[in-house]
Amino acid sequence: MRILALDSSGLVAGVAVVESEGEEEQTVAEYTVNYKKTHSQTLLPMLDEVVKMINLDLDEIDAIAVAGGPGSFTGLRIGSATAKGLGFALGKPLIHIPTLEGLAFNLWGTDQLVCPIMDARRGQVYTGIYEFKDGALKVLEDQMAVGIEELGGRLKEYGRPVIFLGDGVPVHRQALTEKIMAGCAVSFAPANMNRQRAASIGSLGIRYYLAGRTETAAAHQPDYLRVSQAERERAERERVASREHV
Amino acid sequence: MDEKKDILILAIESSCDETAAAVVKNGREVLSNVISSQIALHTLYGGVVPEIASRKHIEKINQVIEAALAEAGVTLGEIDAVGVTYGPGLVGALLVGVAEAKAIAYAAKKPLVGVHHIEGHIAANYIEHKELEPPFLCLVVSGGHTHLVCVKDYGKFEIIGRTRDDAAGEAFDKVARAIGLGYPGGPKIDKVSKSGNPDAIAFPRAHVEDAPYDFSFSGVKSAVLNYINGCNMKGESWNQADIAASFQKAVTDVLVENAMHAVREYGIDKFAIAGGVASNSALRDAMKKACENKGVHFYYPSPIFCTDNAAMIGVAAYYEYLNGTRHGWELNAVPNLKLGER
Repeated sequence: MRILALDSSGLVAGVAVVESEGEEEQTVAEYTVNYKKTHSQTLLPMLDEVVKMINLDLDEIDAIAVAGGPGSFTGLRIGSATAKGLGFALGKPLIHIPTLEGLAFNLWGTDQLVCPIMDARRGQVYTGIYEFKDGALKVLEDQMAVGIEELGGRLKEYGRPVIFLGDGVPVHRQALTEKIMAGCAVSFAPANMNRQRAASIGSLGIRYYLAGRTETAAAHQPDYLRVSQAERERAERERVASREHV
Repeated sequence: MDEKKDILILAIESSCDETAAAVVKNGREVLSNVISSQIALHTLYGGVVPEIASRKHIEKINQVIEAALAEAGVTLGEIDAVGVTYGPGLVGALLVGVAEAKAIAYAAKKPLVGVHHIEGHIAANYIEHKELEPPFLCLVVSGGHTHLVCVKDYGKFEIIGRTRDDAAGEAFDKVARAIGLGYPGGPKIDKVSKSGNPDAIAFPRAHVEDAPYDFSFSGVKSAVLNYINGCNMKGESWNQADIAASFQKAVTDVLVENAMHAVREYGIDKFAIAGGVASNSALRDAMKKACENKGVHFYYPSPIFCTDNAAMIGVAAYYEYLNGTRHGWELNAVPNLKLGER
């Protein structure tokens, strides 16, 4: 099986090709760029580079896995639209990998809790709580948008060491170590695994594919975890109005 | 001799609030023109909300493209090039179409042709007027644009006049909101004006000094708002249909006057209108009459090709394709793209 994986959910743009045959699996190519250039300009040229480098015939992939959110709204749509266009033109299914599961999978095999955090602005992080059990990623708390304090409260209930990773770490590291998680066993993942990796999306993609968790290119859309600002403000106005009518 | 092969363009448009795809043959024949409109959704907010528009685009885009190919009876393999609007417009909205078009063109090994949205609007005139060829003058009027353009050749433009403030369609939307008609303002003002008196209220016709082809619509818009405020303060009622008709007349008069001035100065006997406001019946009628008086051929697209659609993008992409325009996989959305830029 051969999975093409894309991740443009955050600052990182990533493209990978991951293969498996029986028990064996390997990453054939991975291209990761964490640089301030728009994903619109980088993602497809990166794919083109990968395709040329490994003489990949795109018709021979089985599915396209994409980090489906949460993340930057625009970044998610660039990844999604790219995956949808490829899936449509190649006649291949898509695999929607939750962004935070993809991040957690970077730390495969640890016996500690894994807590990816992405800066979600407005005082929140996109996060989830994960562990590895029997060689598989287990979701303890599904991905969500919450305040960092609330996340700390939930983590402490487990009473287990935690590894943090993700682009929310530079924003919250000090608060986590000095206040929120003070006295707890916390650590922070190093550079080779602390940001989005398309190979993780691809590797998880294999597992999703084998479990039959695919979708059509037409049906795929990002999971933003948040409504738009306009919808939020409208709901708020309606809530206030309905309260005033009571 | 080889038989001349037909050229088929798959075109994609997502610059604002319509998700659209079309298949166009040889630049003049529309084989399909599929539009998924979001107007009902944005009406809740009184105008287009960019983030909502972008989300709707990604939700609908594959279905729209698949429908366009199916209706045309064409497979992706038979397409010669993929055309896509890459500006101007809402950046988030544009990006959906651009990323999708790039991925399709890349995977299907087809050339990619980026198209300027306004070039598309102008090209809409080629669909139903097979005899129309450059050079001609074109007035592009929509919710985001008001340009007087000299189309020198396919893909060659000289902008001779533009709005200094609001686009004509924007003024329609704002006035419609002020008089309680809501969004989208253009069609609603057009409709209610039919029962109003266009000479009831003398709203100003603005002219820009030293720039005979430029427009300014913020003055007439303010005049309408002031008129309504004045009536309200005096406790007088105002007539919605009369305001709509008088406002529409004021805008139309300026558009026609500047257009006819350009016709005179440039000595070109072909004049076209394009863009969403080009489906306004008062503008069409006034422009038609003015052109007839001057012995100028007047061209305008059917309403379906005036508002945003992908067929017009397919037509423009065809001529760009013939001119050798090809875009690379790094093509980005350019929200403020200038006409004639590549």
